Order: sequence, then structure tokens, then C-alpha cells
Amino acid sequence: MTNHWIDIGNSDCILIMGSNAASNHPISFKYVQIAQAKGAKLINVDPRFTRTSSKADIYTSLRSGTDIAFLGGMIKYIMDNKLYNKEYVSSYTNGGFIVGKAFSFKNGLFSGYKTNDIGPLRGKYDKKKWAFEMDTNGVPKIDRSLKNSRCVVNLLKKHFSRYNTKLVSKITGTPEADLLKVYKTYAATGARGKSGTSMYAMGWTQHTVGVQNIRSMAIIQLLLGNMGVAGGGINALRGESNVQGSTDQCLLWHIWPGYLKTPRASNVSLAAYNKKWTPKSNDPLSANWWQNYPKYSVSLLKSYFGENATKANDFGYDWMPKVDDGVDYSWLTLFDNMYKGTVKGLFAWGMNPACSGANSNKTRKAMGNLDWMVSANIFDSETSSFWKGPGMNPSTIKTEVFSLPACVSVEKEGSITNSGRWMQWRYQGPKPLGNSLSDGDIIMELGLKLKEVYKEGGAFPEPILNLKWDYMTDGLYDPHKVAKEINGYFTRDVKVKGKLCKKGTLVPSFSWLQADGSTSSANWLYCQSYTEKGNMSARRSKVDAPNNIGLYPEFAWCWPVNRRIIYNRASVDLKGQPWDKKDWVVRFAGNVKNGKYVSKKWIGDVPDGGWYPLENPDGTKRKDAKHPFIMRKHGHAQIFGPGRADGPFPEHYEPLECPVEKNYMNKQRMSPVAPVYGTDADAHATCDPRFPIVGTTYRVSEHWQTGLMTRPQPWLLELQPQVFVEMSEELGKLKGIKNGERVKVASARGSLECTAIVTKRFKPFKIAGKTVHEVGVPWHFGWRWPVSGTEESANLLTPPTGDPNTRIPESKAFMVNVTKK
Amino acid sequence: MSKSFLIDTTLCTACRGCQVACKQWHDLPAEKTINRGTFENPADLSFDTYKLVRMREEVINGKLNWLFFPEQCRHCIEAPCLETAGDPGAIYRDDKTGAIIFTANTKRLNAAEIIESCPYNIPRKGPDGTLAKCDMCIDRVENGLLPACVQTCPTGAMNFGDRDEMLALAKKRLAVAKKKFPKAMLIDPDDVNVIYLVAYEPELYCANAMASNAVFDITRQVALGRMIRPLTNIASRLL
Repeated sequence: MTNHWIDIGNSDCILIMGSNAASNHPISFKYVQIAQAKGAKLINVDPRFTRTSSKADIYTSLRSGTDIAFLGGMIKYIMDNKLYNKEYVSSYTNGGFIVGKAFSFKNGLFSGYKTNDIGPLRGKYDKKKWAFEMDTNGVPKIDRSLKNSRCVVNLLKKHFSRYNTKLVSKITGTPEADLLKVYKTYAATGARGKSGTSMYAMGWTQHTVGVQNIRSMAIIQLLLGNMGVAGGGINALRGESNVQGSTDQCLLWHIWPGYLKTPRASNVSLAAYNKKWTPKSNDPLSANWWQNYPKYSVSLLKSYFGENATKANDFGYDWMPKVDDGVDYSWLTLFDNMYKGTVKGLFAWGMNPACSGANSNKTRKAMGNLDWMVSANIFDSETSSFWKGPGMNPSTIKTEVFSLPACVSVEKEGSITNSGRWMQWRYQGPKPLGNSLSDGDIIMELGLKLKEVYKEGGAFPEPILNLKWDYMTDGLYDPHKVAKEINGYFTRDVKVKGKLCKKGTLVPSFSWLQADGSTSSANWLYCQSYTEKGNMSARRSKVDAPNNIGLYPEFAWCWPVNRRIIYNRASVDLKGQPWDKKDWVVRFAGNVKNGKYVSKKWIGDVPDGGWYPLENPDGTKRKDAKHPFIMRKHGHAQIFGPGRADGPFPEHYEPLECPVEKNYMNKQRMSPVAPVYGTDADAHATCDPRFPIVGTTYRVSEHWQTGLMTRPQPWLLELQPQVFVEMSEELGKLKGIKNGERVKVASARGSLECTAIVTKRFKPFKIAGKTVHEVGVPWHFGWRWPVSGTEESANLLTPPTGDPNTRIPESKAFMVNVTKK
Repeated sequence: MSKSFLIDTTLCTACRGCQVACKQWHDLPAEKTINRGTFENPADLSFDTYKLVRMREEVINGKLNWLFFPEQCRHCIEAPCLETAGDPGAIYRDDKTGAIIFTANTKRLNAAEIIESCPYNIPRKGPDGTLAKCDMCIDRVENGLLPACVQTCPTGAMNFGDRDEMLALAKKRLAVAKKKFPKAMLIDPDDVNVIYLVAYEPELYCANAMASNAVFDITRQVALGRMIRPLTNIASRLL
């Protein structure tokens, strides 16, 4: 979340799309309904009428996989009716940047497209074709009047000119009148002092166009001036209580902690690595915060290797694993390689891939090709027992499985970071049961054992032997030692900012980190979370900040540097005064002399950098100011996003499996750059009479993820005992299916038995004049629990494709059939 | 001053945290259920289920609604079950809170009569004839805690406190709800300590959401009738 949970209550209009927040983030509805009580409008767009819809002021449906068409129509509506905040767009976004002549968009393809012969990627773009025009100083050419025909907003307007409500309705199945109602209501938040927020989750991410779904909304938020303000933002509702924290700490393969890059094979030295990933801006008004990259990467290496990391050995850079250039190592690819037999070992840690991975039949077969698997979990799972699961022949499976009993979250001390980036310390409740251990203890022991074994030799022992591994106290994992390590230390007596910092003391914040090895930090973003003043995340003050918008700055701690709303310098005008006088986030309160600011002072939230505003009260420009979007190279938010794999603007493409022969928006049926996996287990079928119904997957309040923590829990199983398929009354009638009856749901890849919920909450869509039905199945079940073994995972159905940027699977839109059992 | 609940259904999202919290606090076993073509489960209140969130799909004025109603004992101010029983050792009112409490001695009552006396169809009989229902978490309340269902409610749908406070809150919330839902109303606020705020006609939410006047009066007459026939009760107990 750019904002945070409490801040939802400050909003004037809440768009919940790609999420069923009332079901899946129940506590969010406290704040949604606080906003509603103050007059905010709640808009919900979902293929199915949900618990969220039941509380919405405006509900409408769309066919799964058509969000860009829906949102593209809103962009067109905002541009056509000039409802955008012109000052915001012109000053804070790249709306006025001039795009080079090599950029074009024809027949559904952006310029620079090349097909790819080797799968799974189907094609690739040369992003150089999308570059901005630069002036002689190497700064982008900008037309702040937004008149140049090649400036971003005019290209945007042209790009989305095709997205008229008639065509959008033909694709999405949403009635035109509903589209207009949503567009009008949401676009009203472009007025100064009004805010609109977006709450989304997997309903937007799990598509071949997942990143561009969110880009579409980000563009809308930028046009309406909703980024950085209270009650605004792009708010990803994270699906696990600590998934934000684990992502920050590099859960994913392509990043190091704090969103540093995983080195590529071509980054042959630390210098080459830092040069490659440190952006350079020639604009004196751009803070270009990532220019500090080497400070963060070196501090991370110092944290990993301690005294063994020296300037002479590149701080141990050579010991870190490198990934091959251009090669993907994401979930889908890992299991693809496992299926092909090239991946031999797997740690399934707090995970249940047999149910959570898309195309689970393939995942389960792939695990049979492993030599070994370690499953660390609180219960036996469909993963740890995959070898005796449905369709498996244990006598032919050679995978050796080790199960490590992990204790549960309340039995251990440590922090979780919530969706709002708040790192919150938790004390230990009861002690772990039996022989179960905390993850920290398991990892510490594993590390110590590895060190012991590598002492006797082995291939490339240096990374293991040189690893600093001193996080135990009295033989047990000490979460405080790790939290301090994450924050970082001064590694020697050093003078920073004119102050002598003693060796072994904690670094006060990331602006003190150094690239010379004098500081360590296992995650620069968390530097300030545990300082000499104590554990900031354990704070519990209920005193609000002076702006009284629910920031509670001394309750827990939030990255970065306790900034509760990021991009908050975009919440003020060029003179540093808030767009919204009532629910303001920051304001500049420096002294004024002769119409000029003469002293620096911001109040409210921690500002995105404490520089002077861009203009003085008398309207003169300042040379010592910085643009507000400090994490972007050029200091401006990106309406035009030339860094994405699938294009600088979003474009509607159909899912891999869809009910229409062609894309009515352009000539490419599906994303031309999305990966499609191609083993014999990766069947897919589009416009196939065997699978005529759109399928989607989702969650319920009563179960958690694959259900491994909730299905063995009788009280929760009582509420949701069985996997179900929801369908419209019309489809039920067509198929002769009665409410409550067991039916079979099948895709090209697998099938499962479900209980039919025949409901008014699903309605058939009119797509291009034809009736299209959609059904949905929750993915929380698996054969291991309940003990009947009859309830299975919806991921048996989901397709072998994903987003070209992230490779998140397209679990939200695919094709199925439903038949009587 | 007795205690009251205000259950504002306009804020209820049917997360059913209340339903689970109730079972957890009272250590009630889970029932074996199946999916019956609805999210609502178990099918009914029972000896092991004191609280049940009812879910109804209703088209009102051409618009689909999903109505949620966390059903539980109303802790009536003049409780027909108590009057019918006429046996303070089995059913009594806790003077401090107004809670209507069923004890293990309900086993000696005529269960069918007690169940029939309830205008909201709440009490349920266990295998040995004991009756059970919501006890207002009286053990928690006496120790200064909120009832488990109220404690767990994330949205503010479940509220609990002194009766005058709850009545004031009910009035305030009703005024807010009326703006969006002109038919919004409080259900039997003068007769019960568990006051529901609903957006539409109560019967759309649950069959026994409201004690229809007729039923309530007749039942009370029945109850009073029973009270002047204490000998019958004693006789039946002796048998």
C-alpha cells in the first residue's frame, strides 16, 4: 500500500476492484465503513456479487480478465471531459515529457516487438524504442503546458481514444450505463481536496496483464491527483499478514532485500553491478534517490559477511549467487524445470505448492522428479504427502521427503509487516508445542550444519564459510539480533554528517549508510526500525500526528523512515501547501521573507525528502527544490512507463484462455509477450466448445491460503466444509444443476468435484452479443483435509501462463466446463 | 442498569468472526456440516451453536442485496422462557446485566414448552434434554470484558454496553442508516436487550427476526398461564 489501512477512512471514494476486501481483509471494512459514514462512495466491480458488493453504493460486474478495457474507458472519460488535475499532471508526472519518434502503437503491438522462438516467452520488446527525447544536458524534454502532440498525456489520450463505452461494454459485459456511473463517480475525485482510493488484490495481479491492470489504475490516480494524498493511493491488500515483510526481505528471486537487484552473470564485479543498477539523472531538481544504491548494496554485503567483507574482496560480492542474464527463475519456471527433471531439491517452507501453484497436477507430478524435498510446516500437507495423493503411485516415486515441524506464529517473537508497510513487533505467546521449532531456529541450525559440513570441503565453500551467522543467544535464535542486523550497525568508528559514530552502534537511518564498508544493513529500507533508541516496531503510542488523519506515528514503525503515506510531497501544490486543506498529509511551514521561503520546515507526516517546495509563495521557481517522486530517476511519476516488459501504456489483451475468438480492441488476441509453458502437462484451450465457461478462483473469509492452517480447524471447517462452485441461476438451469448438488468442474488441465452454489450473485454476461457464463471456485481446499479426501484445490484448473513482468500465474481468468456428476 | 447489544446489520459483512468467537469462548464443538448451496452454516442454531449469521439473497427494488443477520438470544426484558419455566434454578435473569441465563437444571423443564414460548425461536435442546443458548458471555462481562462476539467484530456491527448507551447509539445509527435506507428500523427495541438495526423489513433477514405482536402476546399469555399453574409444573417435575 502506498497509504495504509486506517487511511482508507479518509477517502471520498473507494474503488474495490480485483479484491473482495470484505471477505478477505475483513478488518479493512472497519475503515471503508468509517469513510462511508462520512459520505464516501464505495464502488465495487467484480464478476460476482460478493460480501464487498453487499456494502457498495455502486456495484457492477465485469467478465474476468477485462479490467484494462474497463479502466481504459475511465482514462478516456477523464481525458475527454478534462477531469484531470492539470497542475498535478504537468508538474509531478511525466505527462509533459516528450516521447521519442521511435515509439508507436499499431495492431496491438508497441514498437520494438520481436517474436521469440524459444519458449515460454512468446515475444519481446526492445524498450529503447520507447525512450523520451532528451535535451543537450541529458534531461528529458518537457512541455509543461501539455500541448505538444508527442507529450505523454496526448499520447495517452490517443492511445485510449479507442476505449469508448460501447466497445468496452462489448468486451467486459458491463452495461454502458454502469460504466458511466462508475466513471463519473470516481472521476469526481479529481477535484482539488477530494481523494479516491483503490483497493485491489489478486483479482488484478493474477493475469497475463496483471502489472498493466495496476498500471491502469495508477494512471487514473495520477490523472486525478490521488497519489500521495490522504484517502488516496494504490493500495495492494496483501494476502498474508507478513507477505509485505517477506517481499521486503527478498522473498522473490529477482531482488535482494530492500528491492536491490539480484546480480546478473554479466555484473562481473561489484563496481559493474553498482554501475548497472544505479540510475543517473542530470536534472538538478531530481533527487534520484536510487543514486544511493552502492551505499545500500555494500551495507547489505557487510551485513552478510561481516568482518570477512572487505574493500579488497569487493565486500564478498563474488560469493553471492548470480542469475543468468535474460533467464527467469520464478515459481512457474522453477516447477517447469522440476517437471523436466532439472531441479532436484526443494525446500517448501511454510508453503503448500501442491495446492497453491497454478496447474497443480503439473506441480504435483514435478515433485515426483525430485531427489529430496524438505517441508517445514505446522501440519502435514498435500505437499509433504504428495507421494500418496490422488493419482500417485508411491512405489514409483523416489523423492525423499523430510518434514520439519514448525511452530505457529503466536509461539514466537518477531515482527510482521502489514500491507500498510507497518512493521509491528509481536511478543511470544505460548511456547512451541512438542518438538516444533520457530523458523528462525530451524534456519539457524541449518546454517550451522552447513558451515560444519563445508569445513570439510566442497564446491565453492566460501559463501557458506564466510557468512556471518551470529544470531543466537544461549543456543536459541534471537529475533532481536536479527532485527538489529536488518537495521544495521556502524562497523567501525566513523564520522558521518559531522558526528562521530561508534563501532557497534546501530545506524539511526538509511541516510547514514555508507558505500565504504563502514556500515552494515541487511535491508536499507528498514534502517531506523531498531536504533539506539530501541525497537521502533514495538512502540504502541496512540497519539496521532498534528494533522489528525490517523497516522499514529509512534505506533509501530513504517518503512521508509516512518513515512506513513509515500509520495506525500505530491499532496501539496508547488508552494508546499496541501491540495486538501482538511485531511492534509504534509505542509511546508518554513518562514517567508519578501515572498520567498527562507527556512525549511515540513509538518505532518515524514515528508518524501525535506527539501524546499518547487515554488516560493510569490510564484518564483526555486533551484534548491526536488521533484516529489524521488524514487523515479527523473523525479516524476510515470504515466508513461517505459520500463515494463509489455509496453509503456496498458492495453487490453484477452487471457490465454477466453470465450471470444478475437480481441475486439486490437489485433493481438492475448498479450504478445506473456509466457506460455509448453510441456505435455500445460494443455490450454480457448474458444473450445469443451470448455465454454469462464472460470475464476478466489478466497473466502473462513479459510486461509491453501487452507492448510484452517482446514484442520473444526470451527472453520464447520463454516465452509466443502469446495464449491458458484454459478448463476441461468447457468444452473441450462445445465440442469440444482443448488447444493455435487458437480464436476473441468479445464484442459484437470478437474475437481464441487458443491454447486446456484445464486443470484452471478449473472451471465453479454459479450459481443453472445451470452457468456462465468463460474468461480475457492482455492482453499486439498485432499489431505477434510479427511474425506473429496475436496480438492481449484488450482488443478488454473492455466500455465502468467504476467510477463512478474510471472504471477493467470489464476483469475481461464476456461472450464461444469457438468452434473 | 442492564446491559444491551446493538447489532447494526448495515455494518455486518458476515465475516462470521462472531460465530467462531462464540464457539471458542464457550468451548463448543464444531458441527459436522456440508455445503448446502449457501455460505450459511450450520443450518440452524443448536445446542452447540448459540450464534448463527443468517445470509439471504434478496432482490429489493430491482437491486440485489445480500442481507446478513447474526442471530442470537435477545435477552428479553420480560422473557417468556423464564416466565414459562417458572423455575429460577433453571432459567433466571442476572440482575446486574439483564442476561437471561439457562442452567444445567433446564434438563428438568419441559423443553418443548420453553422453545415454543420463545418469540424468536432461540433455545435448543441437547441430547440429555438440557437447553442452551447465548449467555451474554456473562463470565466475561462480569470481569469487565466484552462478549466474545462483540470483541471480535471488525466493523462495529456488534456493540455492547449499558442499556441507555446502546439505546442512544441505536438512535444515532438509525438516523445514519435512514439516509441510505428509508425503511431502516430497530427491531423490538423496547422489549429486548439485543437490539437489531436492519435496513429493510425484518422478515427478509430471518424468519424470526422480529416477534410479531400477535405471536409475542399470545406467547406471553401462555407464559402467564403457566405461571398461575405452578402445581402442574411441580407435578410434571415429580414425574
